Amino acid sequence: DACLRGFACSERHEESSASENQLFDIIISGGGMVGTAMACSLGLDPNLAGKKILLLEAGHKKEMDGVPETYSTRVSSISPGSATLLSLGAWDHIANMRCKPYNKMQVWDACSDALITFDKDNLQDEMAYIVENDVIVAALTKQLQTLSDHVKVQYRTKVVKYTWPRPYHVSESIPWVQVTLANGKTLQTKLLIGADGPNSMVRREAGIPTVKWNYDQSAVVAVLHLSEPTVNNVAWQRFLQTGPIAMLPLSDTESSLVWSTSHQHAEELLQLNEESFVDAINSAFWSNENHSEMVETAGSLFRTTLSVLMPDSGSARQLPPSVAGIGPKSRVMFPLGMGHATEYIRHRVAIIGDAAHRVHPLAGQGANLGFGDVAYLTKVLSQAAFNGKDLGKSMQHLLEFETERQRHNLPMMAAIDLMKRLYSTNAAPMVLLRTFGLQATNALPPLKEQIMAYASK
Amino acid sequence: MYSKKLARLAFGLLAESTFKCPLTRSVSSVRTLCSWTVCLHHRQKNPLSEGFSRRLTRLNVRTVSQTTLDPAEVRKFQAMASKWWDLQGEFAALHSMNDLRVPFIRDNLLNVHGILQLGKPLAGLRILDVGCGGGVLSEPLGRLGADVRGIDPVEDSVRTAELHSSYDPDLWERVRYQACTLEELAEEELEGFHAVVASEVVEHLADLDAFASCCQQVLKPGGSLFITTINKTNLSYVFGIVAAEQLLRIVPSGTHDWEKFISPEDLERLLESFGFYVEAIRGMMYNPLTGAWSWQQSTAINYALHAIKRKEEPQPGQVWAESENLDEPGRATNYS
Repeated sequence: DACLRGFACSERHEESSASENQLFDIIISGGGMVGTAMACSLGLDPNLAGKKILLLEAGHKKEMDGVPETYSTRVSSISPGSATLLSLGAWDHIANMRCKPYNKMQVWDACSDALITFDKDNLQDEMAYIVENDVIVAALTKQLQTLSDHVKVQYRTKVVKYTWPRPYHVSESIPWVQVTLANGKTLQTKLLIGADGPNSMVRREAGIPTVKWNYDQSAVVAVLHLSEPTVNNVAWQRFLQTGPIAMLPLSDTESSLVWSTSHQHAEELLQLNEESFVDAINSAFWSNENHSEMVETAGSLFRTTLSVLMPDSGSARQLPPSVAGIGPKSRVMFPLGMGHATEYIRHRVAIIGDAAHRVHPLAGQGANLGFGDVAYLTKVLSQAAFNGKDLGKSMQHLLEFETERQRHNLPMMAAIDLMKRLYSTNAAPMVLLRTFGLQATNALPPLKEQIMAYASK
Repeated sequence: MYSKKLARLAFGLLAESTFKCPLTRSVSSVRTLCSWTVCLHHRQKNPLSEGFSRRLTRLNVRTVSQTTLDPAEVRKFQAMASKWWDLQGEFAALHSMNDLRVPFIRDNLLNVHGILQLGKPLAGLRILDVGCGGGVLSEPLGRLGADVRGIDPVEDSVRTAELHSSYDPDLWERVRYQACTLEELAEEELEGFHAVVASEVVEHLADLDAFASCCQQVLKPGGSLFITTINKTNLSYVFGIVAAEQLLRIVPSGTHDWEKFISPEDLERLLESFGFYVEAIRGMMYNPLTGAWSWQQSTAINYALHAIKRKEEPQPGQVWAESENLDEPGRATNYS
């Protein structure tokens, strides 16, 4: 028995002469919201107990002992589905830190009076939550610390190279993915998960083709101080000529601004002094100067017809709270684009989150799509582990993840892109189309419910 | 396209047999032919030559392992390695059969023993994989935490299996391979295993009595025997012999002997006569278009069987506690 094994042993020594070539079961590259959520989700799964998991993050550890007084500018709208995923411990931390549920969303046009409101019946249930990105990451990091026996994290760790294995087993070649770090060390893993953002190195190096384009838009984000305290549980979004402006509630006195507009306008906005900036925001939400008579007449005619056919279906247009000031040092801008990886998987690789799909913030879905990826990939890997499979080699399971998530993500991305294009123009036919479309949709509760259900997953 | 898939089906079903059957022409090494001749002797159950051939096999094994492989051997060995472990290659059907066999084995063992450890449901169990080939079934069982011993009379397959599992330290610890026959092992490992798996093996043996007897010897009382094999029906003749061997000529004629197929009823009767009771029989079916296996009602072609070795003195709680392998402290004992 020993003799037989002797031959194979000596071969093996060549490859693993340095025992620093640690072999992990899963390495996650990228410790943002989605990457950290993936690490937590894998760590908590009972079928993956005992697997060696590592999270690599280039930045430093984000801890929050107490919530800082000022709100941070980058926020996400977390759907109930994502909240369920995060409720594996992390949600408690989030709830203890800071989050704001909202019950209603009003979306309307600058060029007409058409509007659509989404709400769960009678403002009782929460539609979604606005949470600062920093809070999410800190909560997940805290959760991760309780799993430190089999989920390891390395911060301030930059990856410089990935080496891919051959799909066929060839002797004397290492069958695992090799991750070379900036400090010279090389790690090996049976499965690499890329959660490294829209400019994903994993995706690039794996040669996964991506369909992407830049919107000629940048988003300006800021923290707004409201003129007066209010029951701030509504999310507002208005489609202007240059792009949508959104106000998302953070507390009774503060809201978050996400204003998508042309690059030039965005830069101008950043240059304005505080007073002018606040004026610009208020006027963007309140002014009606872009209404054309024709569209207004047509719109109100349509609305009357609808209210005859379907009474109780209209909503009165409400106005968002007015803004008095902005948080100190809180104005930032970043470019917007759309991106979709044509494949989410390769041999021993999977990509999730923004690395796989990047969307316009107008629907507040970016983070949710990522969390949806996390939930499904965990489920699929859990099943594979329970069947004794090699996690990275089981293409059957990885394909299941890719198919299911693409089926969910693509329609959403297409819809968001369509909305963006539809609302980017002032041409009368388009305006009429979207006016009628919005009003009609608003008048059809079943349709609205479907939309909300899809977005809440 | 169909013929290719059918061919793969046939080859996949017959794969493990190809390397064991002494009539096959694909292996040219003299040394391995020797060991097969020895096997042939075993099968003919010649009492005079048995002792001699057993010693010869042992000698064979030791001699082979001490000589350095010559390049031709290495190449052949490497060629076989890629064949066994190419998930889209000739053994694809065997790999996809894992989707049925692994849950079948796992769930039945869990029914008997309960979950021993999260993440490693089969931890603490010793499993013997008879006719393991390249280790296609041994590896997933090892990943589920079991201590697996894979045996196969063909050296080359065993080496392939060892090489493939050598890259993964977890597997290396838990899965051991040995080039020997079941009869030889039975002498050393009396009542040593919690489970014996003989997947796609029984249809190649001439002496099922000896096989059943050896299984009975190596199993602990209350241990499980898992068999997957081909039924002896008209349907299995059409698919397993006519289509695979004569029509498509993928395998040399005579590799599979329809006479050696056994129906589940006959197998059940045989096992019962050796102190087993058959706990479950399920039909399996391969779809050559999708390359996937599925469970089905009819056992007309392929089937899987789970039998349990009767405990001589039924003393629940006593038998397992004495086993030297179940040494996890505070483990809850859980028997059906």
